[in-house]
Amino acid sequence: MITTNPFAGLAELGITPGMMQAFVVLMVLAVVVGVILDVLHKKSHKYFFEHEERMKKLATRELSSAEKTSMLIQTITSEVLTSSEFHNPKRRFAHLLKMYGFVLFVLSSAVLIFAYPTTANAPFWSFLWHLGALMVIVGGYWFFFSLRVDVQSEGNQWWNLKKRDLFIVSLLATVTFGLLWSLFGTVVLFGLFIISTVVLFGSVYWSKFAHMFFKPAAAYQKRKLMADGSRENLPPFYRRADVLDQSTMDLVRDIPKDQKFGLCIMKDEPKHY
Amino acid sequence: MPTFVYMTRCDGCGYCVDICPSDIMHIDDTWRRAYNLEPDMCWECYSCVKACPMHAIDVRGYADFCPLGHAVRVHRDEEEGIIAWRIKFRSGRIKDLVAPITTKPWGKFIPDLKQVAPPTEEQRKSQLLFNEPKYIRLDDGDLYTLESQGLKMRQGVYY
Repeated sequence: MITTNPFAGLAELGITPGMMQAFVVLMVLAVVVGVILDVLHKKSHKYFFEHEERMKKLATRELSSAEKTSMLIQTITSEVLTSSEFHNPKRRFAHLLKMYGFVLFVLSSAVLIFAYPTTANAPFWSFLWHLGALMVIVGGYWFFFSLRVDVQSEGNQWWNLKKRDLFIVSLLATVTFGLLWSLFGTVVLFGLFIISTVVLFGSVYWSKFAHMFFKPAAAYQKRKLMADGSRENLPPFYRRADVLDQSTMDLVRDIPKDQKFGLCIMKDEPKHY
Repeated sequence: MPTFVYMTRCDGCGYCVDICPSDIMHIDDTWRRAYNLEPDMCWECYSCVKACPMHAIDVRGYADFCPLGHAVRVHRDEEEGIIAWRIKFRSGRIKDLVAPITTKPWGKFIPDLKQVAPPTEEQRKSQLLFNEPKYIRLDDGDLYTLESQGLKMRQGVYY
């Protein structure tokens, strides 16, 4: 069943390949327009470049083109492909599941609709479609029920939904109804799948969908600012053994150099509400 | 100088929400990023600034007394067990400070006061409080002084 193309049966409902393909194009346009409106509304581009100009004045050295290219590659391989930005390993793993699942789901949907719209037997891409949906479901529900910061740190109940949940809820609804429709094939489930897809891609302006575009840009900028000496005014990196004799450490000079002060707060889950 | 969050840096981890003693760091209803709910009530303790693993929280200097690029930034390095500060003055002068992290895990190292020996009559009459800092503590029945600890007063360091 998971190797059967779910879109092949849509002809029975009177939905032609052209209609499916037009729907995909419409969704892509909705995302493009939504992201542009989002950027214009929040003026993120303005603040992004203003911050860079301000920090440039503090830079101690000029970065070469080779260094910038290297940082761009590092940003892609680290922050983008492995979600290294996340401090919490559980959130990082859940995000990786959601991200790769979503990419697989969207990519295989496009391939199935444009290349195999009426062919039920497309095992490779159909399998990827189902796998992608399953990955988003596992990572997404894990995040939704226990890792969401408003549930974990604020102590809110999971059903206390706000505007910030628009993206995750519409994403989960899309893949859940999509998978259920593929398994049971009812018209009602297909209708719910389409509605949630429209909400997901049509609500970019109101949801946090656009984070997948501006987060890599912010990560790249951060790398550059750390390398050019401005460091966003942050202190330099110190090693404990090197600084224990400095005057600001004088009050604690009798503490053994290898002593650790407990697990510190970072090792605790942030849920002491 | 209340704190504020660079939302593009914040990853919504919730450490600032957890640590804020005023309970004014919260998660935004639209973007699921932290923000300072009530800057007027911020007592500038820097707990959130230090706790943030993304360096996404900064302190807003009021323009009337700290313009011209003043900055106070901090990096809390758990691996090395140290906390480093960079103070940038209005004149552009930079002062770097480092100190060990002494924070203990939540709920640990809470003294079991029932097991602590009661203070002597002399200690009761003293002006010093129980659990005073090390150099003036009373747990050996006497005052710790700079001399008894082999320390010297030096400029810039006060006990």
